[in-house]
Amino acid sequence: MSDEIKWKKESDMPLMAMSMGRMTVNKTGSWRNLRPVIEKEKCIKCGICWKFCPDVSIRLDEEDYPVVDLEFCKGCGICAVECPKDAITMIKEE
Amino acid sequence: MQKVIMGNHALSWGALLSRAEVIAAYPITPQTEVVELLSNMCADGDLDAQFIKVESEHSAMAASMGASAAGARTFTATSAQGLALMHEVLHWATGARLPIVMGNINRAMAPPWTIWTEQTDSISERDTGWLQIYTSSIQEILDSVIQAYKVAEQVYLPVMVVLDSFVLSHTNENCDIPDQSKVDAYLPKFENAYKLDVNKPAAYGGLTGPDWYYELRYKIQKDTERSLDLFVETGKEFGEMFGREYGLVETYKLDDADTVLVSSASIASTARPVIDAMREEGHKVGLIRVRVFRPFPSDLMRKLLEGRKKVLVVDRNISFGMSGAFYEETKAALYNVKNSPPMWGYIAGLGGRDVPTNVVRDMIEQTMKEDHPSGDIIWIGVKK
Amino acid sequence: MLEIRFHGRGGQGTVVASKALAFAVAREGRFVQTFPEYGVERRGAPVVAFTRIDDVPIYIRSKIYEPDHLVVLEPTLIGAIDVTEGLKPGGWIIINSDKKAAEFGQFAGFKVATFDATSVALKYRLGSSAAPIVNTAILGALSKITGFVGIDAVREAVREIAPVKKDENVKAAEEAYEKAEAEQEQS
Ligand code: SF4
Ligand code: SF4
Repeated sequence: MSDEIKWKKESDMPLMAMSMGRMTVNKTGSWRNLRPVIEKEKCIKCGICWKFCPDVSIRLDEEDYPVVDLEFCKGCGICAVECPKDAITMIKEE
Repeated sequence: MQKVIMGNHALSWGALLSRAEVIAAYPITPQTEVVELLSNMCADGDLDAQFIKVESEHSAMAASMGASAAGARTFTATSAQGLALMHEVLHWATGARLPIVMGNINRAMAPPWTIWTEQTDSISERDTGWLQIYTSSIQEILDSVIQAYKVAEQVYLPVMVVLDSFVLSHTNENCDIPDQSKVDAYLPKFENAYKLDVNKPAAYGGLTGPDWYYELRYKIQKDTERSLDLFVETGKEFGEMFGREYGLVETYKLDDADTVLVSSASIASTARPVIDAMREEGHKVGLIRVRVFRPFPSDLMRKLLEGRKKVLVVDRNISFGMSGAFYEETKAALYNVKNSPPMWGYIAGLGGRDVPTNVVRDMIEQTMKEDHPSGDIIWIGVKK
Repeated sequence: MLEIRFHGRGGQGTVVASKALAFAVAREGRFVQTFPEYGVERRGAPVVAFTRIDDVPIYIRSKIYEPDHLVVLEPTLIGAIDVTEGLKPGGWIIINSDKKAAEFGQFAGFKVATFDATSVALKYRLGSSAAPIVNTAILGALSKITGFVGIDAVREAVREIAPVKKDENVKAAEEAYEKAEAEQEQS
């Protein structure tokens, strides 16, 4: 499956709305003016930030620590609010 | 095999012979016997189909859509309030391009509660993109289900096979049940090119912006137009194989007719002996029974009606605030034509009011007497 | 075209009688159309059903207003409703009754025949003793009296249509055919 809509005219389209492109083409990282920074020392690896991120921008590393994908993180701050250990701080983008 | 069967069972037989693979339906008077017989057919092993019991008509159509999306030949049936409850998902079936075939028994809409025939239920769904066939005999009901799949699966659009409550649904008459092998030859197994496939994952029906939604609607319209030719082709082919040809319309004694009656379903059937009787008296009257209402055969209607002296359209349905639907559409088709005939629009038989031959005759005679129609709607036999 | 109207009460098998006649006639290669008058069916309520018979396909799809003949499965309906409404002069009125045809003096101008289908139905235990199902017996009688359909076709149709007690229903039709008399005519 391609990430971007390939067709240019109706005759190239499928009959129905089928695989009309993926959100991966939409690089929401460019929207960000705040950036989440995670303090590993405070983190208990509960995965709540991973679960709540609306743009699926958090993945877990081999040790199950959260890592933010800045290509897609839009800086909404939801992860920071939801973290039970205040391990995430939102800092200003330069 | 010759049998005497009821209209509802003709739908079931049609689904059986078409080798429907999934049936999801919810019973409602006057459709219940369709579902009863199909569940028996499944239970007895005569029909190798999944019979899905559901809790409402909305779910019946939703389940049918899932089955059809997975590539199964799918059948369902409903009536009146049941069809109305399906409304939202009817649009979905069209937009998702699912070739479902559904029987709809034309029952008048409540309130007040009623079970008798009227077409307003299916007419209300004319803009959902479902193709619609209005039948006029038990044989035609069975044959139309088979033909419906043949058309649906080529244009990836759902088809409604419509019949009158009681007047057809519960009338028993002679019916030829075609051989399974012949039906298999006419309607081979269906390979859905767009079916859900775990090996080819795809997203269906996702958010589509103004940049492409418009094109998707364009494609539905183009394929709907294409189905006009397909109804004719597949109807001819049906005739060659089974001896019964079907078209977009059925004409009767039309060639030299000055006055033409346009109607559908059982009223158009009852009109035939009236035309015979009036012809014997020397009146040049003819008949067009509109069989395929969606897509509306506008070109053909223009060809058949241009230059006639008078046309009357008899509707067993009403679009409140306007007129009967067959009248509206026939009038619209003839608007830009030079020799467009004056057109009378009668409303008859709502809520199952019987339309016997003398009432059909009254409408033709009134039309012949008048120079111009008195209004957009002519009511017949209102108790005033 | 022959148009026949059936009168009975809900639960007597009136609708099935009209259907069985159609099934039988179709077996003889003719065209048929049969349907009940739809209302909200209840046991005991007057029921009307119709059968049309022709040698060519039947297009008319309205109720039958001027029947050629009548079949009355329930004699108590006579007087309660005007069963002869619209009946064409000279038409048969076949009545399920143990009375003689001559006792139905009110039907002058029609051909009246009676047959005690209830006794036959009771004999073969069709339905319950309180509500015997008389349709197969009356059909046998109709075959004999009117000749509209042969007893062979009736036999096959009854076998096809009877949901239970197929043999008993066939026997009821046969016995009615043998016992019914066609001559009970009245001027
Ligand atoms: S700031 Fe928002 S988008 Fe970025 S990781 Fe946190 S929840 Fe996700
Ligand atoms: S929510 Fe906080 S504690 Fe939990 S995994 Fe994320 S950063 Fe660590």
